[in-house]
Amino acid sequence: MKGFFAFVRKEFLHIFRDRRTLLVLIGLPTMLIVLFGFAISTEIRNVNIGICAPERDITVTRLADKIDRSSYFTFKGWFGSDEDIDHAMRKGEIDAALMFSDGFSSSLAGPDGAEISIVTDAVNPNNASMEVMYLTNIIYGYFREDMQESAEGASIVPNLRMLYNPQLKSSYNFVPGIMGLILLLVCALMTSVSIVKEKETGTMEVLLVSPVKPIGIVFAKMIPYFVISCMVLVITLLLTIFVLKVPIEGSFFWMILVSMLYIILSLGIGLLVSSLVKTQIIATLIIGMVFLVPVMMMSGMLYPIESMPYVFQIIAQIIPAKWYIEAIRKIMIEGVPFVFVLKEVGVLLAMTVVIFTAAVKKFNDRIE
Amino acid sequence: MSEDNVIEVEHLTKKFGNFTAVDDISFEVHRGEIFGFLGANGAGKTTAMKMLTGLSFPTSGKGRVAGYDIWTQSELIKKNIGYMSQKFSLYSDLTVKDNIEIFGGIYGMERHAVRRRAVELMDRLGFIAEKNEKVRDLPQGWKQKLAFLVAIIHNPGIVFLDEPTGGVDPAARRQFWELIYDVVDSGITAFVTTHYMDEAEYCNRISMMVDGRMDALDSPSALKRKFGASSVAEVFDILARGAKRSE
Repeated sequence: MKGFFAFVRKEFLHIFRDRRTLLVLIGLPTMLIVLFGFAISTEIRNVNIGICAPERDITVTRLADKIDRSSYFTFKGWFGSDEDIDHAMRKGEIDAALMFSDGFSSSLAGPDGAEISIVTDAVNPNNASMEVMYLTNIIYGYFREDMQESAEGASIVPNLRMLYNPQLKSSYNFVPGIMGLILLLVCALMTSVSIVKEKETGTMEVLLVSPVKPIGIVFAKMIPYFVISCMVLVITLLLTIFVLKVPIEGSFFWMILVSMLYIILSLGIGLLVSSLVKTQIIATLIIGMVFLVPVMMMSGMLYPIESMPYVFQIIAQIIPAKWYIEAIRKIMIEGVPFVFVLKEVGVLLAMTVVIFTAAVKKFNDRIE
Repeated sequence: MSEDNVIEVEHLTKKFGNFTAVDDISFEVHRGEIFGFLGANGAGKTTAMKMLTGLSFPTSGKGRVAGYDIWTQSELIKKNIGYMSQKFSLYSDLTVKDNIEIFGGIYGMERHAVRRRAVELMDRLGFIAEKNEKVRDLPQGWKQKLAFLVAIIHNPGIVFLDEPTGGVDPAARRQFWELIYDVVDSGITAFVTTHYMDEAEYCNRISMMVDGRMDALDSPSALKRKFGASSVAEVFDILARGAKRSE
């Protein structure tokens, strides 16, 4: 046992002596949070909008006012015709336009109702659909609140509510994804590289001849990275709460516990990779290509899994981060009790067992 | 096992499928000697070393290392031997002192015992001034000495040196052999593999492996007489000529 602790101490020494790597490990969550929280945002802001209305009466001008007041849109002026709108959009002066039908206000109360067209520049389809959604919301809101008295016989107005994230902040979506990404990076990448490094420099050979059990060697390596991952987790959460102002709705305790399970799973991935490869560069490549890229693309972090082709949806099921991100979203954003994430936790637990069994078996095979 | 032997091996064999890597070797290593373990690449040296250091089990045969059975007591063997690999395996990002303390700790030594031994050994090698230097900044010859020192930190009964002088200049090699003599004088037995035939002359006794078999075992002078050769290198050439395996 004494040998084991000497080993754990050694691993900490490696990490603390290598200040630059440590700085990257700690700086990474900060950078990603800032990047995803502020710079990379799927929210829309300051969309330039033009309005084309044959009659500029009170109903229309008040709606234009309301749109201009929202932080999402900036009212760029009145346009006389479709051609003007088209021209302005091509010149990049406006990104979206509202077009009122002839005799809009008077036909509001009429049997056929009135018509508004929403036109958007759909070169960026995500932005376009967001703009349409936001505009629809504002228009519905306007007719519901401001025009109530005159709305007799009007068509059904849907009542839209955005649950759990009423301000539609993209950081709500990103934070669990960033956590899934960083923890995998710190645990899997650092552990595998550090184990493979011992193989490369030949120190593994000396260690195997020493009285420390082989499995003790790798577990001793996991302990420091487990500790660092927990620190990274705390930093990420603090930044999330105090900088991004994303509230933790559910149980803090369960969130930490689920995260720890995911950390252990990621350490297992690191161990598995290290038992399969011989050089640090290959270990880095495998972690990057086989584990990190799928986490970015297919875990639901950036793009919803539901809108992927069927095959990718199936592949997404075997990505550990997908289950972790889902569990954290549920606990953190929706604030549901632990029983609602039992399925996700169960899957993560099963994955952990499978990966560790495979890694330990592979590791022992290699020694023989 | 006789009191005077640190290694006793009888009919040791290791097979991988149809391939016999080590073919029925028997020998003993006397306490306090420098035992040269020679053989071309692929002759089975590494496989034999692995069995002696408790890393793998033989297919058949028996053996005792440092007084412990290679079949049942590999953990105890590991505690009582030292091992230095041909790559001078040290942690280059850590200091001289760190490296010594880590290996002392791994061998279960108390912190203060490690410190005392570290000072003693560093003093012997003249490392005291460099104790806080990172290993990567040391010259190659120094790394080699440090790796050796680390391998005997726990005062083992026997130390295995796997091609310890690869990649260092002749002057450093000579100095290293002086160090081996020094350590053996203090009661540690040295089991050395080497490619340099001039180094084999420094050993008390040498063995030569060819195709998994141990074809010769005696003192360098006796072997030279027996084969009518003028140097150990010549003896090796005569024996290796019959080898069927290549690298």
